[in-house]
Amino acid sequence: MSLIETKHLSKTYVENGVETAALRNVSITISEGEFLAIMGPSGSGKSTLLHILGFLDRESGGEYRFQGETFSNLPDDTLAEIRNKKLGFIFQSFNLLPHFSVLHNVCLPLSYSRVPESEWETRGKRAIESVQLSHRTNYPSVKLSGGEKQRVAIARALVNEPSVILADEPTGNLDSKSGQSIMEILERLNKEGHTIILITHETYTAEHAGRIIRLKDGEVESDVRVERRRSTAEGFVK
Amino acid sequence: MTLTHSLKTALGGLHGNKSRSALTILGIVIGITAIMLVLSLGAGAQDLVLDQVQGMGSKTIIAIPGREPSGPSDFANVFLDSLKERDLQSLENKANVPYAEDVMPIVFGTVRMTYQNETYQATVLGGGSGEKNDVMGEIFDIYPDRGSFFSAADVQSKAPVAVIGSKVREHLFLNIDPLGKKIRINDKTFQVIGVLGKKGQVSFFNFDDMVLVPYTTAGQYLLGRKYFDRIVVSATSEDRIRETVRDIEETLRNNHNITDPEKDDFFVETQADLAERVKMITTALTLFLSGVAGISLFVGGVGIMNIMLVSVTERTREIGLRKALGATSKDILTQFLFEAVILTLLGGAIGIVLGSGLSFAISFAISKFALNTWSFSFPYLGAVLGLFVSGVVGLVFGLYPARTASRKTPIDALRYE
Repeated sequence: MSLIETKHLSKTYVENGVETAALRNVSITISEGEFLAIMGPSGSGKSTLLHILGFLDRESGGEYRFQGETFSNLPDDTLAEIRNKKLGFIFQSFNLLPHFSVLHNVCLPLSYSRVPESEWETRGKRAIESVQLSHRTNYPSVKLSGGEKQRVAIARALVNEPSVILADEPTGNLDSKSGQSIMEILERLNKEGHTIILITHETYTAEHAGRIIRLKDGEVESDVRVERRRSTAEGFVK
Repeated sequence: MTLTHSLKTALGGLHGNKSRSALTILGIVIGITAIMLVLSLGAGAQDLVLDQVQGMGSKTIIAIPGREPSGPSDFANVFLDSLKERDLQSLENKANVPYAEDVMPIVFGTVRMTYQNETYQATVLGGGSGEKNDVMGEIFDIYPDRGSFFSAADVQSKAPVAVIGSKVREHLFLNIDPLGKKIRINDKTFQVIGVLGKKGQVSFFNFDDMVLVPYTTAGQYLLGRKYFDRIVVSATSEDRIRETVRDIEETLRNNHNITDPEKDDFFVETQADLAERVKMITTALTLFLSGVAGISLFVGGVGIMNIMLVSVTERTREIGLRKALGATSKDILTQFLFEAVILTLLGGAIGIVLGSGLSFAISFAISKFALNTWSFSFPYLGAVLGLFVSGVVGLVFGLYPARTASRKTPIDALRYE
């Protein structure tokens, strides 16, 4: 069974009486354990697709099945619960709470879950360890570098042991070296069995993935497997 | 989300904006401080006045000539001479008022006192009883430090004897023992038979400034009148007060040929009534002032709402993030409500400390420099009420911003720049 399946998915925004189609007729299937990159120029609908896949937004038409089930008609609170339990988000702008410690930030999803509070610290520390930031556990996140912040965000995405990690341009605000290390972490997580959906407009970032879907004007332009990743040795850098 | 965690989250949110949080609660601090001040000083004033009223003893009943004022324009200025010797005799009669322990008429006026070259303006209070010794002492609970009160025989014989208050003594007899000395009161000669110690205010009388003489002497001999200013009756016990009041009223009406109580030319007041009235006045005043302080609380509440709305807008991305991570609308609502309530409770607590500190300082100053009987009372009710009210202000004025926050969709909130 595929983890994620969309059929003829569409999303239309109405603004000032004018309809704009952000997505049309998107049918894709994502299996468990995949590392998928969604690419496309700005306005191509890649963020909209990620938001719908992440239950942050609802589709206007078509069908979206997650683990075989459709949730389109369920109330907001149920979607919040699915986001909490099954999904981990990584954002371009990190979205950490600046005045709180790394540990507090990482444990944030746990505070909205049913995980008992006594387990939070252990789980949080384990997630922080997996991104090699144990030495920063009690740092206020505002004092971290960009790369460290994104690693904290990854730890936060992992802490609830989700089925899918959704990353929206995770390297967009980072220098190439930090970006590279973030991608290496994502690759490692994928090898450890996590399903990862990555949004990017940079080919060299996308090629860390095993499969690239290109969107254009809200439609799937191509859906290809990455046969061979071009490496930095070939001068393929940012 | 657990309660303690909500609390921590809210505290963290406030911590990020310390100076703004402090300014925000200023309105609440001022409001609660004002309420504490009003309640504490109001209670102090009430205690003080009640203390004086009750100085006369709770079993005391007073018949006053004139009509009880029915409003501010109808002040008791009619029938001021309605209580006479005959009324006194009827009230002393056990057949009429069986539970009267003591009956004492009171006559008062202003007199000029002279001893040798010293002159002093004082209040003369005529009292005592022709039936019993020491009635004056029993009713007012005062006794001469030196010498004695006039006896029943002195009252009967209209003896020109006087007991003087401490201030009168200081003015007329600086370094001389006044006992036995002859003084002149309104050009009539009296002998000093007793001296009171320093008493201060007892009920509405300041005995320090008084000269006490038998009512018989004061009425006709000194002031030249045959009516009384008051007739004081003390009941045998507190349970008999109601009954005795009724007996007094019936006796006096009978004497004055009055059938309709509306047309009474006297009124009867118990110390309990008086205390009640004083309480009513101070309570009304306290309520009024608390209302004024309440306005400042309202303004403070609007301030909180305003700042919370700004805070909600500023933290739109945080709200989006929290929702993306699984927070429900209720979680967000709770978080922002908590922040508002913590702010106002904090303001309330500071106000309680400030308010009681200030009223302690003011009470201390009053007792030191003005009224030594003034005492500080910590308004426990005010503190509980203040904390409760500030919590409610937080809930009420925090609700709108919190709802605004909770209604943001995760997408819109995350996209917010």
